[in-house]
Amino acid sequence: MDAFNTFIHMGGYASYVWSSYAIALLAYGLSIVLPLIEKRRMEKRIRGIIQNEQSATSE
Amino acid sequence: MIMRFIYQLGSPPYFYALSGRLLPWLTGICLILFATGLYGGLVLAPADYQQGDSFRIIYIHVPAAWMSMFVYMVMAFSGAMALIWRIKIAEIILINSAHIGAVFTFLALVTGSIWGKPMWGTWWVWDARLTSELLLLFLYLGVLALYSAIDDKRKAARAVAILALVGVVNIPIIHYSVEWWSTLHQGPTITKFDAPSIDTRMLIPLLLMAVAHKFLYAIVVLLRARNDLLWRERRSQWVANLFKGGS
Repeated sequence: MDAFNTFIHMGGYASYVWSSYAIALLAYGLSIVLPLIEKRRMEKRIRGIIQNEQSATSE
Repeated sequence: MIMRFIYQLGSPPYFYALSGRLLPWLTGICLILFATGLYGGLVLAPADYQQGDSFRIIYIHVPAAWMSMFVYMVMAFSGAMALIWRIKIAEIILINSAHIGAVFTFLALVTGSIWGKPMWGTWWVWDARLTSELLLLFLYLGVLALYSAIDDKRKAARAVAILALVGVVNIPIIHYSVEWWSTLHQGPTITKFDAPSIDTRMLIPLLLMAVAHKFLYAIVVLLRARNDLLWRERRSQWVANLFKGGS
């Protein structure tokens, strides 16, 4: 437990070190998640386009 | 053989299939590199004799700063390929690198600022290293703004390629700024010709984190490029076949 506290404390620089890592985590997380959300949205739209074309040709 | 590979890579269905198969591997390797790099950097590496534990910001700051320049070089190189050979994949790599490049540059600036406060006593100084890195952020944002301002995406890609190539003069300025001008920013510790002036236990995590960042860039650029490609080619037969397959 003591070792863990020293780790979190970062020799008195905790706020500087951990805020840097938190910002990086947020920025990298978003960089991965946003394209994945975009992919889902796009797949839905493309499916719609393909279905529209199919129903247009079958009529 | 190599030309054949490049030619194949330029074909959208081939690129889409290959990148899809690569992504799980890239993600796995990237996670392992981040885990070992962070453990080495935050736990195993000793505190710096001058800077104490604050130096641990290095494991984000330096890889992000290296990547900010590396991604720009990739953009300029793809820009040249797009201008000379009109390769569609090169255009897509170029524009889809800009977001993550801006993220790396932003992080290099912000973590540098957070590191500067306890070490230099100030968040920001208008010195050569910091100012040229800020200029790099504006170049990335300029690339994104220019691309979205032109409706014809092939024309937009050509305009952006020229901007990326012109902006490349900034890269050596950033790199050598700490040697050419007197500055608060410390000189290079790794990328100099004699042995790096850093403890091995500090250096190895830094190299792991640097490679982890390269993989992260590859993952993000492939995710974005695949989306972009799928949308551009939405009316083509290979995309239709992809969706008929039930996936």
